[in-house]
Amino acid sequence: MTQILTMVAQRLALGLLTLFVVSLIIFLGVELLPGDLTQAILGQAATEETVAAFRKELKLDLPPHERYIAWLGGILQGDLGHSLANKRAITELMGVRLWNTLFLAFISAVISIPLALGLGILAALYRNTLYDRMVNIFTLSSISFPEFFVAYILILVLAVQLGWFPSISNIGEELGFWERVYRSILPALTLTLVVVAHMMRMTRAAIINLMASPYIEMANLKGLPRARVIVKHALPNALAPIINVVVINLAYLVVGVVIVEVVFVYPGLGQLLIDAVRTRDIPVVQATGLFFAAAYILLNLTADVLSILTNPRLLHPR
Amino acid sequence: MNIEQELKALASQKGITRRGFMERALALGVTTALATTLADRAFAAPKRGGRFRCGLGHGSTTDSLDPATFENLYMQVVGSAARSNLMEVGQNGDLLPELAEGFDVSDDARTWKFNLRRGVEFHNGKTVDANDVVASINHHRGEDSKSAAKSLLDAIVDMKADGKDAVTITLKEGNADFPFLLSDYHLAILPTSGDTVDWKSGAGTGAYVLESYEPGVRTTFKRNPNYFKTGFGHFDEVELITIADVAARTNALTTGEIDAMDRVDLKTAHLLKRRKGIKIVETSGTQHYTFTMRTDTPPFDNNDVRLALKHAIDREAVLKTILRGHGVLGNDHPIGQSNRYHAGNLPQRAYDPDKAKHHLKKAGAEGLSVDLSAADAAFAGAVDAAVLYKEHAAKAGININVVREPDDGYWANVWMKKPYCAVYWGGRPTEDWMFSTAYSADANWNDSFWKHDRFNELLLTARAELDETKRRGMYEEMQAIVRDDGGVLVPMFANYVMGLSDKIGHGQMAANWSMDGFKCTERWWFV
Repeated sequence: MTQILTMVAQRLALGLLTLFVVSLIIFLGVELLPGDLTQAILGQAATEETVAAFRKELKLDLPPHERYIAWLGGILQGDLGHSLANKRAITELMGVRLWNTLFLAFISAVISIPLALGLGILAALYRNTLYDRMVNIFTLSSISFPEFFVAYILILVLAVQLGWFPSISNIGEELGFWERVYRSILPALTLTLVVVAHMMRMTRAAIINLMASPYIEMANLKGLPRARVIVKHALPNALAPIINVVVINLAYLVVGVVIVEVVFVYPGLGQLLIDAVRTRDIPVVQATGLFFAAAYILLNLTADVLSILTNPRLLHPR
Repeated sequence: MNIEQELKALASQKGITRRGFMERALALGVTTALATTLADRAFAAPKRGGRFRCGLGHGSTTDSLDPATFENLYMQVVGSAARSNLMEVGQNGDLLPELAEGFDVSDDARTWKFNLRRGVEFHNGKTVDANDVVASINHHRGEDSKSAAKSLLDAIVDMKADGKDAVTITLKEGNADFPFLLSDYHLAILPTSGDTVDWKSGAGTGAYVLESYEPGVRTTFKRNPNYFKTGFGHFDEVELITIADVAARTNALTTGEIDAMDRVDLKTAHLLKRRKGIKIVETSGTQHYTFTMRTDTPPFDNNDVRLALKHAIDREAVLKTILRGHGVLGNDHPIGQSNRYHAGNLPQRAYDPDKAKHHLKKAGAEGLSVDLSAADAAFAGAVDAAVLYKEHAAKAGININVVREPDDGYWANVWMKKPYCAVYWGGRPTEDWMFSTAYSADANWNDSFWKHDRFNELLLTARAELDETKRRGMYEEMQAIVRDDGGVLVPMFANYVMGLSDKIGHGQMAANWSMDGFKCTERWWFV
């Protein structure tokens, strides 16, 4: 157990270092973009004097390294800062949207993970049958289409023609849980279609890989039913790779859903990030970027810990 | 087109009365009963009630409620729902008093006294007085102001409260259109708290009280029970939703998630029109697109070159291709049909390669080759328009090299820097405002760097002239000068194209801005 704790601590320290590098890259990247916030916001209305007044007010006239250090200092004291564009606190700006993004990721995960695992196990069980092929064709084609295409097809069928679900996710804080779920169902389904194939294929492959092992052969020879062999004997040993894939997809559900957000007008973090990049609102870009990076690092860490717990051999790399 | 659609189009026509509609409908062979139902739907007296949900293509997380920062349609509609100005532009383009009751003006049009409407309350219960007005306008003035309205107000030398219910404003020089400027969407009247104006709370005197505001997502309002105007503000609740993606906006409208949308996709507008329960409404205002030449840079410093370039574009083809016909031909000046002194009798400039060649020869610039910078940031379809133009100009022996510029930083790095580039103008409600924004020699945004003595002289005289006929004469002459000498090629004026559920009723639709002059929330109703 102590070994695991040491590993977690090491990983967390490395994660912090990564975050620092990420923040540096984001900052430099935004600096490299042409124009700055004042010009982006004032647009055609940017005369030299309004731009100068605005820059001074936002301290954009300071050299970049001074601004970066000031920002870093704030972060270390737990202050994410204020949006340059509308002066709102970033925590307030991100709060609702963060919750929305996590909510959508959660709904999609609740639908897609059991579905993918179930389909994968069944596909391994009925390998090379018609069922196996149909599932493969369906999931692989849904992952092959671009997300917005899947989204529009779902809107066309489920919203426009059948009228079962709303075509945009107009959600607000006053809604009850189930109403929220109802209004988020189309984006969740789109994401499900996009991520299921990866997890399902990995589940199937990992199980099939193990099916050739001597101990499975033993179980078969004992006369155990095939379903029991797969679920009780093969699955636990196949968990490590499956967990890894599931977690990568979870991370994707949190950080990679910008297009789905735009199509369904879902008020999540992705849209915030895009708006912020477009107007060069550096503190907001930094904060969202850091959050996304942190989500990746933490989820990967979780994946490693879970894999090790299911397979202690991994603690002793040869 | 079937009869029902024809009637729908008829009913949304400008200036049609109920009687006229009934006559035409019966002439088309519709039963009296159906005609009556349709007429009731189209001409019903405004009804109260309902939650109006409106999807708009703008709106971003970086928006704020500070009117000095307003720059997109979303905030303009939000602002117009919650706040009022001293003056407003009415549905037929006339200037009407809003929070002002009226004004007195000195003979030289320099001193303006605005008398305030009495007893109007802000949503927070404070009564509107002269101090609020002074502070709200001063909010945009001063050294540190970054308001886009700052240059509008440069002409003010003195402004003071005259008792509780009047404000006196003195200008540097006479300006007969000054009250028009006060209808600008930046100059909303805000409540003061202490010395400064309070824009954070969103409180104003508008028809709707702000309930919640989430930048870039949505804004909700409740009806203001104490609204000072009668006959406006019919909805119980209003919800303004940012839907940036045009396909998502269209889907939301067709599935009934929203009742109205702006910026219909022009490519599919004809399909949307065919759908039951949806009507397409468009207004031609002052929004126009230009190709602007720097008249201080060769070869554009030669007027014959400019005229050659102006004759070398097939405007009809550009209008048809880029705007799918949803617009009006431009005549190389920025004054639109909805402006008061639009020079309607000025001959329309046409595509004439021979004339272009003639001017080229006169300029000694045969085989002219120029770079034209464009990006979709300038206006949607700018790059396509430039490429079309290149084809048209080739027939006149002009080689236009289209330079595709990045969208990012277009206004900072291309506009007013490159010698020939595509530009978008929202237009201005008055001639003087438009000309002094972008055509007078000393204007900040004189993007053609054009200096014409007669024009600048006329601009000053017309500004202070209170006699209508004389003003009209001067403004028409100025339009002719810009057309024949200016550095701006105006191929077209773009319509505002909106999609509405046919449950929405509206009167004559204002053309000064999109969404009924930003005032859809107080002017529309559910039939």
